[in-house]
Amino acid sequence: MTETSNSSTKAQRSPGRGGLSGLLHRHENLRGFLLMTPTLLVMGVGIIAPFFILVTMSLWTRQGFDFDTTLTMANYARTWNEPIYGALLSRSFWISGIATVATVILCYPMAYFVAFHVHRNKMMWIILMTLPFWTSYLLRVFAWKVILGYEGVINSGLMAVGLIEAPLEFLLYSQEAVIITLAHAWAAFAILPLYVSLEKIDKSLLEAATDLGDGPVARFMRITLPLSLPGVIAACFLIFIPTTGDYITPALLGGPDGAMIGNFIQLQFGPVNNWPMGATLSMVLMMWISLIALVFLFITRLAREKIA
Amino acid sequence: MTHADAFILIDRVSKFFGAFQAVDEISIDIGKGEFFSLLGASGCGKTTLLRMLAGFESTTKGEIYIDGQPMSDVPPHRRPVNMVFQSYAIFPHLSVADNIAYGLRKKKLPRAKRREMVDEMLELIKLPGYGDRKATQLSGGQRQRIALARALILRPKVLLLDEPLGALDKQLREQMQLELRALQRQVGITFVFVTHDQEEALTLSDRIAVMAGGKVLQVDTPEGLYESPKTRAVASFIGNMNFFPATVRRNGAASAAIEAEGLGTFPMPIENITQPDGAPVQVALRPEKFSLTPEKPDTAHAVAGKVCEAAYLGERSHFHVAIEGKETPIAVSTPNQSRGGREAREQGIGAQVWLSWSPESIVILQGD
Amino acid sequence: MSDLSYIKRPNRPLQIYAILFLVVLYLPVLFIPLFSFNDSVYVKFPLTGLTTKWYVELWSREPVWNALWNSVKVGAAVAVISTILGVIAARAITRYRLPGKNVLVTFIMMPLVIPGIIFGVALLILMSRLGVPLSLFTVTLGHLIVCLPFAVATLLPRFEGFDKSMEEASADLGENGWWTFWRVTMPMVFPGIVASLLLSFTISFDEFIMAFFLTGTDPTLPMYIWGQLRFPQEFPSILALSALILFVSFFVVFVAQYFGRRGLESDQ
Repeated sequence: MTETSNSSTKAQRSPGRGGLSGLLHRHENLRGFLLMTPTLLVMGVGIIAPFFILVTMSLWTRQGFDFDTTLTMANYARTWNEPIYGALLSRSFWISGIATVATVILCYPMAYFVAFHVHRNKMMWIILMTLPFWTSYLLRVFAWKVILGYEGVINSGLMAVGLIEAPLEFLLYSQEAVIITLAHAWAAFAILPLYVSLEKIDKSLLEAATDLGDGPVARFMRITLPLSLPGVIAACFLIFIPTTGDYITPALLGGPDGAMIGNFIQLQFGPVNNWPMGATLSMVLMMWISLIALVFLFITRLAREKIA
Repeated sequence: MTHADAFILIDRVSKFFGAFQAVDEISIDIGKGEFFSLLGASGCGKTTLLRMLAGFESTTKGEIYIDGQPMSDVPPHRRPVNMVFQSYAIFPHLSVADNIAYGLRKKKLPRAKRREMVDEMLELIKLPGYGDRKATQLSGGQRQRIALARALILRPKVLLLDEPLGALDKQLREQMQLELRALQRQVGITFVFVTHDQEEALTLSDRIAVMAGGKVLQVDTPEGLYESPKTRAVASFIGNMNFFPATVRRNGAASAAIEAEGLGTFPMPIENITQPDGAPVQVALRPEKFSLTPEKPDTAHAVAGKVCEAAYLGERSHFHVAIEGKETPIAVSTPNQSRGGREAREQGIGAQVWLSWSPESIVILQGD
Repeated sequence: MSDLSYIKRPNRPLQIYAILFLVVLYLPVLFIPLFSFNDSVYVKFPLTGLTTKWYVELWSREPVWNALWNSVKVGAAVAVISTILGVIAARAITRYRLPGKNVLVTFIMMPLVIPGIIFGVALLILMSRLGVPLSLFTVTLGHLIVCLPFAVATLLPRFEGFDKSMEEASADLGENGWWTFWRVTMPMVFPGIVASLLLSFTISFDEFIMAFFLTGTDPTLPMYIWGQLRFPQEFPSILALSALILFVSFFVVFVAQYFGRRGLESDQ
């Protein structure tokens, strides 16, 4: 579509063609941006505008069934002073953090296997590993409810073969249930970046390391792991950030001890009906995520400089 | 050549990419039916200039005229030029015949006529019967020919070639050079050819523009460029060259001499010297212009030296000869049939030899 | 396996781990179809008997059909719009020297790394402040934001994967932008477009988080399921419905991935 602007002008041979099409012919950047406009417009309506209204509303307060639109930090002060919010936030980050670490550690060998030890039908393996991710998140969480439930697959199965007398109660409605489900549901988000970073490693580097006297373990620690670090970092971000705001998994599997900040935000827009507070909590969540992300990036950069 | 009969006129054309100037006020005239090469190292602006001719880059300043028509406002698909891309850009989803006939859509020809034209082209590029092949099944040399046919079938006024032989191996490249030259004579279309390979440019072209840093250094025939380069940059880019810092010594109006580092002072025909007395110049001498002999030859244009490096290349031998008064040794190339070359090689490194040259083979270049 | 180099030698423990990994990845999801054929309202072992009555019952449920139709409408709209937007964005990104290109790409990919709940909440507030009633249109807008990064990520490698000079060659041979797009660009990125359409459709079809905040009175299929989860006696029917959705999703995504990755690898 590069030249659509040109073809619309019939008087091609007359020099000094002016107007918009002449401008577009001369300035490639402008044509590129023009082409981007529809996409950016949708993203603008869908991301920027909502973000601004979210910021604004977080500075309002609830008044009966309506909003008090005077700008105030009152909601932010509440989230800072009342311990329940801090507790919920730190629990959310704890659960997501554990789930992230578990997912990355469990997926790394898998990605390594496909990158280094699968030689035929690599594509099939990648599709196989990522396929479940594309199916409904709700249904996958639901599946774990079926498995971990009070009379679920594990309990009823164990009871049927006579290993236990009564259902194990800790399985459902616990932080562990949430962590297991999250780790399982987000595996694809870890596998893909890990696989890409491992696949990119030049195999002759590994041969060189071996040639220079490294055994398999030393080679892994000194070559493979450092070179795949970008993938590890990407995987951590791609899992940690979205899961902190999750509310389906804790709602279905968390019980009172497993509730996360997402559930609380959802409550503000539902039964509690305090939208400004919900907006504030969303903002607070975003700010904490950004802060943690920055600290994480800083630490990994430090670590990488240490290695180098 | 004057502006009036130039078929392609590049008139003070400049191109900026942001703050970077890729092409710097270039003016070139190219005649009808000429095989014209743009020669230079990568980044010299030759490809940018070619792409401006094709219309893929706009000119920041200046104008390009093809057959008298200004091109600035003509988009690529309406220009009377066609291009052979460096990567060939053969459409992978089309057959060979469909690739060649790609540009014929607008001509609305009957199917039989199209077929006939495509077959004619396949004949021309020596790939008859290849029409139904998938484009992905072709070798590098075949792709190159298809790219040629695809452009030539449209009978362009100018054919642009962007390093079309760069991706081929040496043997195939030499064969394609010959074929390309023959093809150009056969179709009589003006070719503008971009290359970084000076040998290729010398073999193929009627005239060559040597480019560096976005500027044209010299436009000349292959022989002109080789025998009488105008600047040190051109001299060292085309073939090998020995340079000697030198000073002009004029003895009145009748005679002149050159005092060159390492070569001593020797007389030069006065008509070859345009510089005033005492002017710093460069004496340039090609390696094959030296004769190598074991004894002192019977000429004033000779100097003694010692072989410090020798390489046997079959037909010729290359030597590095150290001489007094010059830091870098002189490169000398002699045919292995010659007596001096054979003896020097037999004696090996360290042999004492004499180098001689004829004054006509000396090129005097401006500056120090 | 003597034909493999030292580095590529098979590693037995790693192979076993990989098999286990796949089993654990798929097993939980497979319990859904398993219990959907169980002849009992209670989802537990031991299975009491084989039946298809839950599927038969689904067939006659009006709300299921409505929700399905809603999801298909939203999914189709989202697939087409996000693929069109993805194509032009991918083209602009790969074919022009855009200053700040990386910023643009990061911006488009942002929804991938922002919790869905925040987008859902923010769009909900925006719609209510603008006085736009919640409907399938608001769900479609929300899903567009979720799907666009995937559409662009699927299409970008396609556009990057083919030589810019292909399009230049077409222009050089006399075709204008429009014809060049149809004769060269489109056939070459076609597998990517198919993949993008299928993926966008599936994501939208299965999406729940945004739909939760943006659905009006017409529920999408996941919203309907969420509503039914409160009633334990509805579990078997929901299992049957979920099994059907899973089956269709698996199939569609497999085809999409196959299209999306084929060619990309053979090109290289």
